[in-house]
Amino acid sequence: MIDSTDQIVANHSPSLIQIPEVTPEPNYTVLPKTGSDGTMDGELLEVAMGPHHPSTHGVFRMDVVLDGEKVVKLKPVFGYLHRNHEKIAENTTYLGSMPYTDRLDYLCSMTNNWAYALSVEKLAGLQTPERAEYIRIITAELTRLVNHTCLVGFLLQDMGALGTPLMYAFRERELILDLFESLSGSRMMCNYMRFGGCRVDLPAGWLEQARQVVDNYSGFLDEFEKLLTENEILVARTQGVGVLSAELAIAASITGPMLRACGVNYDIRKVDKYGIYERFDFRVPLGDHGDVYDRYMIRLLEMRESVKILNQAFRDIPAGPIVDPKAKIRGFRPKAGEAYGRIEGPKGELGFYLISDGSPNPYRYRVRPPSLINLTVLEDMCLGEDVADVVINLGSVDIVLGEVDR
Amino acid sequence: METLEQIKASLETSVPGVKLEIIPNESPSGQRSLLVDNAHGVAVAKFLRDDPQLRLDYCSNVTGVDWLDTVLKEKVKAKQLVEGVEKEVEQQIETKRAGYLEAVYHLYSMALKHGPVIIRLRTENRSDKNHLPSLTPVWRGAEFQEREIFDLYGVIFDGHPDLRRILMWDGYVDHPMRKDYVEPDDYDYEPTPHDEVLEKVKQRQPAEAKP
Repeated sequence: MIDSTDQIVANHSPSLIQIPEVTPEPNYTVLPKTGSDGTMDGELLEVAMGPHHPSTHGVFRMDVVLDGEKVVKLKPVFGYLHRNHEKIAENTTYLGSMPYTDRLDYLCSMTNNWAYALSVEKLAGLQTPERAEYIRIITAELTRLVNHTCLVGFLLQDMGALGTPLMYAFRERELILDLFESLSGSRMMCNYMRFGGCRVDLPAGWLEQARQVVDNYSGFLDEFEKLLTENEILVARTQGVGVLSAELAIAASITGPMLRACGVNYDIRKVDKYGIYERFDFRVPLGDHGDVYDRYMIRLLEMRESVKILNQAFRDIPAGPIVDPKAKIRGFRPKAGEAYGRIEGPKGELGFYLISDGSPNPYRYRVRPPSLINLTVLEDMCLGEDVADVVINLGSVDIVLGEVDR
Repeated sequence: METLEQIKASLETSVPGVKLEIIPNESPSGQRSLLVDNAHGVAVAKFLRDDPQLRLDYCSNVTGVDWLDTVLKEKVKAKQLVEGVEKEVEQQIETKRAGYLEAVYHLYSMALKHGPVIIRLRTENRSDKNHLPSLTPVWRGAEFQEREIFDLYGVIFDGHPDLRRILMWDGYVDHPMRKDYVEPDDYDYEPTPHDEVLEKVKQRQPAEAKP
């Protein structure tokens, strides 16, 4: 087909193909900056950090306005992972949303389960047997170890220590996830708690395995601290960065390790004494500078306290039933009324607010997400600091987007 | 901690003209709440925060609730003359209740470590009179949560510093957490390449949509 080649060549001649001139949209805006006397004084740069940014821990965006390297404005933008968890839960039964609470903060499914179960128990007036209370405390404190270990790994990753601290953290986390798997059947989406107790009893030999993991944990924490706590680069990057005052933290409803790093003594395990926490002997570590280094340090100290609580729980756990015999699985309809239950989750106060109208579905189901509310002060912490410190500040807040956006 | 009755009494003396009502709670949790009128919302909030006995400095949870128009049925026993004899007869009284949107605030004290004190604010109706006073100037922790109520329930908070949608995108028109929200049909007619299936789909369609 020699004669047709001419035509092909002719069709592809540059005069016939019209390529529209497309200039790519810039992902930044330049704003004029006026000085105090009203004259032009350089330029401000508006940058969108995220939603696809490795250090935003998911799909989360910060609209940052920069003056050179300094942050002059920062607005967080949410909603990329929004699926209206609350509406879905209002359209299903009380028990039906228990597996779905795992997906809120997917690193800490056990504490999410507990917070929801606690609220429903308040609403329906159920009592939890003693053994179930101990199992809940064991799983919750193991979850706290998982969360804080991961957080330290992620924070160092954000700081540029690529890989190594995170892999140390994940090595230990995997041991605890193995425990969760043998207990509930799933590593992360445990769906383990039930209203008035727990789903299944501990398998044979589980306590010995758990004791082994927890015994080795102190050694791992020593190793972790030897690598990190006095590391010159970590100290230089975090001390005096992102300072948050105690007054602002209280006014902005900050909870969890971030609040205690500012020196406010408020731990719901001590204040509400939910479950059987008043039987345990543990301290509440407090920081006094409120900077990123304190937030890092508080988490390490809290892990040591968790190890203490776990050892006491392993010593004292009794035999017995694991679920309240009054708790109904089928036809569960709490009396009309409302209840707000809260626990000290690894990230802060995790609460569930439920209104019942006597039907099998909750009339109102609300999650109080600690990650979202702790982001209220992100702008205050970052103002006047370098753009490179924004990611460290965000990392030290400890967010999980499954919970922020719900 | 003071009981809710004591809080109500001290509020009535220190905030003149305030209208308060204790909302009972039948559930075993026993968490009763205090309904505050909208005109004095901010004054009540400031008092609760600054009063040395209460010092509710920590606003933990803010949430919206949607209550639709309902007919409340109440059975009342009344004495009536039936055929000359006085008898007790059950009567059913029906009262219409207009719907409203509600904002619920759970307050705790970090300084004195007590709580919760629950206050509620109610809008007049669900359509045009949906304004509430914002308590963000008193407790900054309410900022994102009030934005969420504005987004998902459509309550407008007067005095909020930055009232924008937070979870849904800008330009979205509806409020998805309302009880009468209708989910959109967001699937389109997509015929498969198989002839039989295509015929079936066409048969099921109304006449004017047939190609």
